[in-house]
Amino acid sequence: MSDVADEVAQPLMHGCPIADSRGQVVLHAGRDAYIGVLKKLIDDGFTMCSDLTAVDYLTHAGRVLPEGIAPERFEVVVNLTSITTRDRIRIRVQVPESDPVMPTAFNLWPGTEAMEREVFDMFGISFEGHPDLTRILMPEDWEGHPLRKDYEIGHIPVQFKGSHS
Amino acid sequence: MTTLDNIRQTSEGAQEMRSRSELRPQELMREIGAVLRMSEAEVAALGNVPSDPEEDQTMIINMGPQHPSTHGVLRLMLELQGETVLRCKPVIGYLHTGMEKTGEALTFLQGGTNVTRMDYLSPLNNELVFSMAVEKLLGIDGDIPERAVWMRMLLSEMNRISSHLLFLATNGMDLGAVSMMLYGWREREEVLRFFQKVTGLRMNHNFIRPGGLAADLPAGWRDDVRAILDMLPGRLEEYDILMTDQPIWRERLQGVGVITADEALALGTSGPILRSTGVAWDLRRDQPYLRYEDVEFDVIVGTYGDAFDRYAIRLNEIRESMRIVRQILDRMPQGDYRVQNKKVTPPPRARIDESMEALIHHFKIFTEGFKVPEGEVYVSIESPRGEIGCYIVSDGGPKPVRMHVRAPSFVNIQALPHMMRGGLVADAVAVISSIDPVLGEVDR
Repeated sequence: MSDVADEVAQPLMHGCPIADSRGQVVLHAGRDAYIGVLKKLIDDGFTMCSDLTAVDYLTHAGRVLPEGIAPERFEVVVNLTSITTRDRIRIRVQVPESDPVMPTAFNLWPGTEAMEREVFDMFGISFEGHPDLTRILMPEDWEGHPLRKDYEIGHIPVQFKGSHS
Repeated sequence: MTTLDNIRQTSEGAQEMRSRSELRPQELMREIGAVLRMSEAEVAALGNVPSDPEEDQTMIINMGPQHPSTHGVLRLMLELQGETVLRCKPVIGYLHTGMEKTGEALTFLQGGTNVTRMDYLSPLNNELVFSMAVEKLLGIDGDIPERAVWMRMLLSEMNRISSHLLFLATNGMDLGAVSMMLYGWREREEVLRFFQKVTGLRMNHNFIRPGGLAADLPAGWRDDVRAILDMLPGRLEEYDILMTDQPIWRERLQGVGVITADEALALGTSGPILRSTGVAWDLRRDQPYLRYEDVEFDVIVGTYGDAFDRYAIRLNEIRESMRIVRQILDRMPQGDYRVQNKKVTPPPRARIDESMEALIHHFKIFTEGFKVPEGEVYVSIESPRGEIGCYIVSDGGPKPVRMHVRAPSFVNIQALPHMMRGGLVADAVAVISSIDPVLGEVDR
């Protein structure tokens, strides 16, 4: 963490604000800076991409974010691991509902292929430059993206007197 | 956004592999490059195989989703030229039941019943990582009593033994060593019998819960564990005679499904697959959780990154787990099996008969659930298959906003096309088996 600026101002790393979440380092990157930051982190030793997922914050818009980061509906969350220093870092990127597009990390780690497809399938966030962006878990003729908060969960009607549905 | 917009955005191509004659060369190269992760030169060379579409010498066959050696409902589309595999594409999702969505509708206390069903061969590891994530959000991860921590370690290692025993069984079955299948299931059953005594169930225990465990160890648990520890070493030696030293077994596995360390890291694999390439990465040692820094064990690594290394690693990890369990037997502390924090721990049964408040409290915890402070954490541990992680986002309520499980099999299965390229169809079975995927976890 050599790049961390002084504590008085907001701590920065590679030009992005970093925060602490229960002792874990979280870096809030902008969409434009995303790939550049990932490349710099690889140079820092974070050579393994453990996880890539997304969150729909439709029902929880008022979350705590560092100054200068405007909350959007979606967030793409990437967890990187350094095998040499045994550290972890998490990158959170805000993705607006009106334009749910992200650059792909496939060229940095081919292993994000399935994870990005899963995010696309479940949240409808597309990844520009992904070689094979198709549904992965749902059938290909499925409509909608199930893990979005406005996607209703199904239920089986219960036949009791006075029960709803 | 309306539902209609949502539907309009749902534009996706076919998940399936298309035949060469339907593809333009450019598309083919992109697909091969994406699925098989080759260099451009390699792709160009492979794209040239059948130059004349009329003389299409290759064929695409489906392996699965209903195939005994695909370990569940894994479907592989294989492009074959004779008996050689040119391309392979795993098609998954046949067991998708929306468990992450279900997780958003369950309270943090109920969540364990959900995650335990993902990797059904190591349910206790799933519960453990989920509980650890919730505890970190609650800020009580440092308060878990010692006995609970050591009990978790005991169960987690016993689970590793049972999972690897099942791997030996299925690996043997896939390669035609059918007697190994019976032996592996037989030994695993002994471990499951121990689980049944402790948790009440053979699988899907929901025993490790946020704050500790559901109950204390039953009387006589030491004898049961010792009986397993006494029985296993002899059986493992039998496996060595039956398989490890046997030329046919070696011929079938050595040099099959080779992957290098760089490829394994780029593909994000973890667990025995990564360790088979010589990368000594085991979260139990490298990012210790529970009390793994207090016990002695070795991280088993391979050299060649082939199917035999992955087999040998798992076999020897059983021995290492037994070593850890022996140390746990010696050092299991006395104390409470769950944290006495009124926020997350229900009052004891006896108190409910005496106190109205205790009854209400008990009722509230089990119906409404306990509230978890706002925040997000990612916690990962070493499951038998690799790094299992749990990412939870809470908005301060009793249910998570998002509960994501980083399933090791889901990521590891991406290495399949890479391992299979250029191999024989017969070896494809050995390669699938050496990945040891659990489809419940792949599809969630």
